[in-house]
Amino acid sequence: MFKQLAGRFGGGLAAGIIAMIAVWLLGMVILPQLLMVDYSFRPNLLPAELGGPKDTYSLINYETLFNNSIHLSIFFKTIWSSVLVTLLTLVVSYPLAYYLAKVATPRQAALCILLLIIPFWINEILRTFSWYIILAYKGPLNALLLALGMIDRPVRFLSGDGGVMIGMVYAYILFMIFPLYNAIESLDINQIKAARNLGAGWIRTHYRVIIPHAKPGIATGCIMTFMLAAGSYAVPALLGSPGSRWFTQIIYNWFFEGGNWNQGAAYAFLLLILCIGFIALIMKVFKVGLGDIAK
Amino acid sequence: MKSETILRWGVRFYIGVFFLYLFTPLIIMGIATFNDSRFPTVSPWKGATMKWFGVLAEDGAMWDALLTSVIVAIGVLLVAVPIGVCCALFLSTVQGRGKSFLYSLMMSPLLTPGVIVGISTLIFWKGLSVNGGIVLTVIAQTTFIAAYVMLMILARLQRFDRTLEQAAQSLGATPWQTFRRVLLPYLKPAIISAAVIAFLQSFENYNTTLFVKGYDTTLTVYIASKVRTGLTPAVNALGLVMIVATVLLAIVYEVKKRRESRVVKL
Repeated sequence: MFKQLAGRFGGGLAAGIIAMIAVWLLGMVILPQLLMVDYSFRPNLLPAELGGPKDTYSLINYETLFNNSIHLSIFFKTIWSSVLVTLLTLVVSYPLAYYLAKVATPRQAALCILLLIIPFWINEILRTFSWYIILAYKGPLNALLLALGMIDRPVRFLSGDGGVMIGMVYAYILFMIFPLYNAIESLDINQIKAARNLGAGWIRTHYRVIIPHAKPGIATGCIMTFMLAAGSYAVPALLGSPGSRWFTQIIYNWFFEGGNWNQGAAYAFLLLILCIGFIALIMKVFKVGLGDIAK
Repeated sequence: MKSETILRWGVRFYIGVFFLYLFTPLIIMGIATFNDSRFPTVSPWKGATMKWFGVLAEDGAMWDALLTSVIVAIGVLLVAVPIGVCCALFLSTVQGRGKSFLYSLMMSPLLTPGVIVGISTLIFWKGLSVNGGIVLTVIAQTTFIAAYVMLMILARLQRFDRTLEQAAQSLGATPWQTFRRVLLPYLKPAIISAAVIAFLQSFENYNTTLFVKGYDTTLTVYIASKVRTGLTPAVNALGLVMIVATVLLAIVYEVKKRRESRVVKL
């Protein structure tokens, strides 16, 4: 590989390129992750005890999770809610992505995409904060619903997982729309016309022609959305309440309130395994490779 | 044909509702800035005021956080852009076994939750006696922002005509001159775009920063802490200023990008 690089860029530059990549991959990607895993298998010790007889590998930090029913239920709730957020985002995004890719004129599509990108540039915290205002007990949504007579008394949107999930769909929707749009856009419009001419209804055309073609996009969107939702700290911290904690918040507490980094590392590693597992599952279900995802 | 018309109107209605959903929260947040209420809301409306901008301007902690954010973002830009460019050059040049593995490895920070990037960086550098702070924030953010840069540069490299390099070399240019005079100018627009994106990604990052910030506070962390404790419409004023700034930047960026892609097509 070095030969190929040196042939194109010369020895000096090639060495520089390799060095930069090595620093990044080893020093920032691989070693920190390995050390985190190593940490998770060690007990939480005082600095003086490090390297001593107590410093042995064990599964004790992982047992904590399975012995703590509250943490365990939050772990499963995080998985379940993130799946729900992902599905909800997919359902909301699909019609729009299809419209942008195949129905809209190029001019309309360009305008819509610009409109979509603008909120995407805005800070996640601010986008979440705006929902905090809307969903507040005395906020405009409750005021509107009361005025319309749809509810008798204000609803506490911010005390359950509902508010968190609304905020997440809003925060991550573009990570679903763009992969979907890119995938559907590459479908030849004649295939849709052919399906229609052969008598397929709209539902059948989507189910048999468009969705199979859009698989890599659906997979990418689902992976990104799930990963962002399961790993989100900002949205549950802003829109949640003590009763609707997210797994990331438990991890944070181990680090900065419990002061037990080893325990926190074990929980973080479980979250990472969860995300890797989800990616593997989606790639298997949709029969796509990692190369398709990067598009 | 009739059901088709219904469908068409249905789609239009859906698009309308969708964009309403996308922009209403931001508009409400903006309007709440001008409400003369101690708590940020639009209902009930207690009269218009500009005072929250004044409160914001006098908030020293906010200015400190802004400065920290800018320092971190510039640091990330300076480290992540060269790394990303190197990765893209590497991937566009080499062939053979191991390449797809390396590619997956380079992509992996984008598929890792941000909190985990922060945690692993924190643990790794603690072993080297470096504690959380501006430096560690730059390192942690670079971990995944470099991958974004890589993808952006790679996209442009894939359309590069390698015969240009061969032409330069057969005219007697050294590999370095070829890189400096042919490839680098070609990559320049992509590098600038990547730098803008890297800056913004860094500026708005929260999940990773939270774990590695130490006693330093970036603007995003500051806003989040304000929302949870001591929330006043001054936060909205800050949000509104940031939204206006980002929207202007986004429009400039998009218009520029479109003009460039038009030039390329010609």
